[in-house]
Order: sequence, then structure tokens, then C-alpha cells
Amino acid sequence: MDFTLTESQSLLRDAATRLVADHGDAPDIWQRMAALGLLGIGIDEAHGGTGGGFHDHAVVLEALGGGLVRSVYIPTVVVGAHLISTAGTDAQQAVLLPKIVAGEMTVAVANAESASFEPCERIGTQADRIAGGYRLSGVKPVVMGADTADVIIVSARTGGGPGGREGLSLFLVATDTAGMVRHGYPIVDGNGAADIAMDGVALGAETLLGTEGEAASLIDLATDRTAAALCCDAVGAMAALNALTLEHLKTRVQFGRPIGKFQILQHRMVDMTIAEEMARSMAVYGADEADGDERVARGKAVSAAKSKIGDCARTVGQGSIQLHGGIGMTDDYAAGDYFKRLTAFEMLAGNSEDHLERYAFLGTA
Amino acid sequence: MDLSIPQELTDFAAEVRAFIRAELPDDLREKVIGRRFDILSADEKRFWQRKMVAKGWGAPAWPVAYGGTDWDVLKRHTFNEVVADEGAPMPVPFGQGMLAPILIEFGSEEQRQHFLPRILNLEYFFCQGFSEPGSGSDLASLKTKAMRDGDDWVVSGQKMWTSYAHQANMMFCLVRTDPEAERPQQGISMLLIPMDDPGITVRPVITLDGEHHTNEVFLDDVRIPGANLVGEVNKGWTYAKALLGYERTEVARIGLSKRLIKMVKEAAAKRTVNGVPLTETPAFRRKLASLEIELKAVEMLNLRMLSNVRRNLPGNEANMLKIKGSELQQDLTELMMEAQGTDALRFDRDAALDQNIDLFGDVDYRGDVTANYLATRVVTIFSGSNEIQHNILAKELLDL
Ligand SMILES: Cc1cc2nc3c(=O)[nH]c(=O)nc-3n(C[C@H](O)[C@H](O)[C@H](O)COP(=O)(O)OP(=O)(O)OC[C@H]3O[C@@H](n4cnc5c(N)ncnc54)[C@H](O)[C@@H]3O)c2cc1C
Repeated sequence: MDFTLTESQSLLRDAATRLVADHGDAPDIWQRMAALGLLGIGIDEAHGGTGGGFHDHAVVLEALGGGLVRSVYIPTVVVGAHLISTAGTDAQQAVLLPKIVAGEMTVAVANAESASFEPCERIGTQADRIAGGYRLSGVKPVVMGADTADVIIVSARTGGGPGGREGLSLFLVATDTAGMVRHGYPIVDGNGAADIAMDGVALGAETLLGTEGEAASLIDLATDRTAAALCCDAVGAMAALNALTLEHLKTRVQFGRPIGKFQILQHRMVDMTIAEEMARSMAVYGADEADGDERVARGKAVSAAKSKIGDCARTVGQGSIQLHGGIGMTDDYAAGDYFKRLTAFEMLAGNSEDHLERYAFLGTA
Repeated sequence: MDLSIPQELTDFAAEVRAFIRAELPDDLREKVIGRRFDILSADEKRFWQRKMVAKGWGAPAWPVAYGGTDWDVLKRHTFNEVVADEGAPMPVPFGQGMLAPILIEFGSEEQRQHFLPRILNLEYFFCQGFSEPGSGSDLASLKTKAMRDGDDWVVSGQKMWTSYAHQANMMFCLVRTDPEAERPQQGISMLLIPMDDPGITVRPVITLDGEHHTNEVFLDDVRIPGANLVGEVNKGWTYAKALLGYERTEVARIGLSKRLIKMVKEAAAKRTVNGVPLTETPAFRRKLASLEIELKAVEMLNLRMLSNVRRNLPGNEANMLKIKGSELQQDLTELMMEAQGTDALRFDRDAALDQNIDLFGDVDYRGDVTANYLATRVVTIFSGSNEIQHNILAKELLDL
């Protein structure tokens, strides 16, 4: 076992951290990420990417979380591009992947419809066959990055029925397709999302991604990769927030001494630090399994990580606000922004409770 | 020992409920139970306060002579609970709940005559100018200074976290009147300061929920007549300590927690996880049950402690209630968020309820639940942080 970063991962971390420090909130951060080659991670060289696996994503994600960068890196690069690379036709790959690498196209992934540790079974969006293609109808709530995406990968039923894993298919739906309705809004951490509704959206046959009726394993893959990626982002946020809180404990003076001298605060800060270390350990574990093909092993690892890190995020986020005192409650101080990021993290892609259930479900399956 | 609730009290609760239902406009109720921390305007607060005054319920805890009631603690508790449950605005606490008891106990007769009626009908909307940038938990280190000039006081300094200063027209303010005093606590006085003085600047501080509840207040040579000093010079700390005790009894907020738990249940009944309503999911049911039990425990603690006194809770009971009441409020807002699931992620403060919303069904685009979760983090920080409450209990109750 070796927990150290490879040399290329260290370089990647340094580059990403520097970019985030210098330009994290710049409006053109996405183009800058493209210029650094970050949007090509995990995409093969034939399509302009730089290859690499989930641990490379993890390095970038931690930097993004640590710098509170708002981006669609997870839906576009970690999940969208991966689905296209895994299941896309040569033509789909040749058209879409170079654009993603170049930062010219963003992707959202719309699967879950109602809360469930088993998203496949709850998909009700319908895809009916019509001449030359399909007609999609359904609603997908809170789709990350769908407010600005050029393409949304939408799961729908071409067969089977509610409650089953059969008959599910994926479609590459351009967001300017007639009949695709989006209602976009910021989520609690300021990242964008949208609810999408399709009422008989007509799609050509070439929009099918992967084999008709056999998308369940891809949907699981997307779910796991999203959750595992969020975990890495959250670890970055936790580390940065703990650093901020520690600094505050050392500099804020009350009763004639730094508040970090009060033992109750020391112990709480220690617990928050342990939480960060636990979270980092589980994020590495989740990332390591996220590239795996075996549904149960991967799902258990990712769910273990998401539920544990969710708890850690709460410990760190709530603790930080408390230890900051009033200043932690203001909207223009970074501690609050990290707290919001961690709050969003807890809710996205299934909360701790959902993943606990899923782990138990997979464990006895 | 007899824990039964007298019929008279049940009747009274029904009377209060009926009155509120008849008099409280829907839009106001909507705002109060809109799941956000207080977002009513000053006019809305006045409107409701004056209705309550007209009914004789404007300040139940005050002595009858000043427009209060002769209700015992249990009756007041019942009243507060119904008010909270019905989504009626709570009285603005600063004047009525904090300053008034101080004036009644320590103020001059002129001050009582002048201020109490105006506090009662909210002609005087007070804010609380205690905290400063460098003085939060260590309040006694405050630096805002007041210098004598003839009969007047001239005040300069900065207050921080002055909630609703932007709605208020008066502030009760702690100032340093004797920088040389042996202990910092001995050089502090309390002044009543009109907010329209040209030397006062109020700047908004926006909190995590994106709302404007609180402010920084700058005082630059603000001239205050000597009659606006509360009690005696350099006794401000004594008054502040007494006042914080009154403030803390409000913080248990049992009625609010009862309303929250109802809302959690409603939200949970609407949400399904794996096709099962959340209210039938074992893990969620246990969490809900455990908070309902916690609420009962805090309520019984509150009642038991109240039953030992006639009017206001003295020190240590209030410290305990502050700790448990605030933790419970936070736990409930947390569970409320969980009950809403991913729907709670939407955080569109400006509520772009614009396009095709009917397509998406019954969703909350205002992010109220999450905003309330974020805003409620403050209840373990303000009016004496929970760490400070623990310190006080360790020292005063346990003699450690
Ligand atoms: C939204 C909001 C509204 C407010 N409204 C008002 C208002 O209207 N009027 C007003 O006067 N004030 C108001 N306050 C101020 C509030 O009372 C202070 O925030 C509170 O007293 C804490 O002070 P502080 O923020 O300076 O934190 P600090 O005192 O710096 O505390 C930081 C942390 O250190 C801990 N700590 C400090 N000393 C000790 C110790 N000895 N032992 C252990 N732990 C310790 C605290 O518990 C906290 O966790 C408000 C604050 C907020 C956030």
C-alpha cells in the first residue's frame, strides 16, 4: 500500500492549487482549467485528453473545494466525459470529447428523480420509440450544472417498468433541443443547478448513449463517480476551513488571551482535525474504488465514504461556525462559504442517511 | 405533585388561538412561518404589537401597573406557546423583554413613565448595543466611551452585531464611563440612545441566510442628555447581567421548537425515499422520536423551573435552558433539511418563480429551509455562547 501521490499527481496538485489560488474566482476559470489540461484528465489522448484515473481527479477536486471554485468539473469531466468514453460510439466520442477537453462544451448528468439509494429503480422518465428516434417525457430535479450545460445526459425508460433495473437507456440531449425546459438556480453553495422537464422531446436515434435498455450499470457508475468526486471536493473544503478556524483560535483574543487557550475549544478543534483526517482517508478509499467495474464493491466503498464524510463535514462545518463566534455568521467571510459548500455536499448525490441505507442494502445483497 | 393542566388554562389557550386566527392577516402568518429567521418589517411588527396591546396582551410579563398582566408563569408559558404555534409575530424582545425589566427594577420613575408605554406600543423600537468588534464573550472589555459634558454624555465608538438597528429608533447601549476603574466591569454604564442622531451610522451585516438582520453601528460624538442614563453611573454591568438573564429565558423557545417539529413531520410525510414516505422510514422515525422526546424534556425542565418562581428565572436555570433550548432548535432545523432532501438545495433567494414552475410541482425555490438551518447556527453563539453558559454553570452552580 502506498498513499503517496505519484510525481505527476504532485505536479498536478501544485498546478491546480496555484491556479485556484490565483484565479479561483475569475470568470474565465473554466478556460484556464482547459489551458492547464485539467479538463482532459481521464480522457484518452486520441481525443485530446491526458488520460489518468480517479486519483488524478481527486487531486484537482481537492484544490477546487479548497479554493471554493464554482465549476462543473464533476458533471462534465469526472462523470459526463467518462460516460461518453465508456459507452459512446466512435462518432459521439470524436465530436464531444475534444470539445470538453477544450472547455467549449459542458455536460450535466440527469438520473435520480426521487430520493433513493437505488436511483435506477425510481426512474420514471419515459423514452418512446418514434420513427428515426425517441420521444422523451419526464422531470429531473436538481441536476448539477444543468443550468449552463450544453448537453445533458438523460436517463429514461425504453422498456421495463418502474421499480426495475431493466429497460433503462441514456440519451445525449442538447439543451437547445425543442421542448427541453430548464429552470436554473443557485444551490446553497452558489454552484448552479436546474430542474429539467421534457414533455415529448423528440430526439434522433444518434442521441442514444450506449446500448438501448442496458444503461443501469452506467447509471450506477455515474452515481458512484459523482458521490466519490464530491467527497474529494469536500475534503479540500474541510482542510481549508480547519486551517481558517485554527488561525482564528490563535488570533482572536477574548479575556486577555487567544481563545485557542480555552480547553473546550482546543478539544473541539482537535475533533474537527480528526474528522478531516478520517474524511481524507475515506475519500482516498472511495476514489480508489470509483474506477472499479464491480457494482457492489464500488457501491459499498463509495457509500461508505459519502456517509462517513457527510458526518465529518457536519462536524467540521458546524464546529467552525461555533468556534468563530459571530464572525462565522456573516455572509462575506470565507468560513460561511465553506460551511455552505459542506452543507451542499451533504445533500448532493444522496445524504449520509441514504448512503448508509445503500451500504446496508449492498452489504446483504 | 400534580401535572395536570387546569381546565381554565386550556380554555385560555383556546381563547388566544381564536383571537390570533381572527386577527392575524394571512400574509403575516405566512412570513412568520415562512421558515426563515425574522424577516418582518418594523411596520409589520408594530401592527401586530398594537393589536396585542389593544387586547391587553401586549406585554404579559410586565406588572399590571405598566400594562402587563397578572398571569402566572404557567399562563404566560401557555400564551407564548400558542403565539408561536399559530405563527403570530413574537414581541420584539429588546425593549419589552430586556430593557423594560431593567427600567422597572433600576430606572427612575420619570424613565418608567416615559419609556414603558412607548416600548409597549413599539413607538420606541429598541436595539441592543452591547457587543463590539473586540468584545463579544468578553463583553466587559468594551471600549465605546461616554464622556461627561455638562449634563450630557458624549459617546464615541463602535458597536457590532446590533440586530435590527436598521429598524430601531432607540438603542440601549453599554458604554465605558470610567476607564480607570479597578475592574473593567466597574466602569460601565447603560445609556438610551436615539438612533436618529447625526453621529450614528448603521451599516448592514448580511448573515449566512442572505438576510439583513444585524448591523454594525458607529457612534461619533453622539450627544445624549443625562436623563437617558439608566440607573446609576458605572452600574451598567449589574444591569447588563440581570438583563442577559431575561434574554436567556426567551432563548429556550419551546413554542418555536414545537412549530418546527410539526413542520418536519409535514415535510417528511411528503417525501419518499425508495418509494416509502420518510415518516415510515425507521431511521427517520427514530430521529424524529428522539427530538420529540428531547423537546418534551426541555419543556418539562422549563416548566419545572418556572414553577419555582413567580416572574423571571434567576441565573442558573436560565443558563441550562439556553443551552438545551438552542441545541434543540438547531437539531430541528437540521432534521427539517434532511426531511426536504435534495429539494433543500435550491437557494434562490430572489425567488425566480418565473418560468414553467407548474411543470415541477410543489417545490420550494426560496431555499427557506436551508436558510433557516444556516441562520439558526447563531442561537448557540448569541446571548452568551453555549461555551460561556457552560463556564458560568461550572463556576456558579457547581463551584468548580
Ligand atoms: C446574528 C447575530 C445577532 C446578534 N445580535 C446582537 C445584538 O442585537 N446585540 C448585541 O449586543 N450583540 C449581538 N450579537 C453578538 C453576540 O452576542 C456575540 O456574537 C457573542 O457574544 C459572541 O461574541 P463574538 O462573536 O465576539 O465571539 P467570541 O467571543 O470571539 O467567541 C468565539 C468563540 O470562542 C468561544 N469563547 C470565548 N470565550 C470563551 C471562554 N472563556 N471559554 C470558552 N469558550 C470561549 C465562544 O464560545 C465562541 O465559540 C449578535 C451576534 C450575531 C451573530
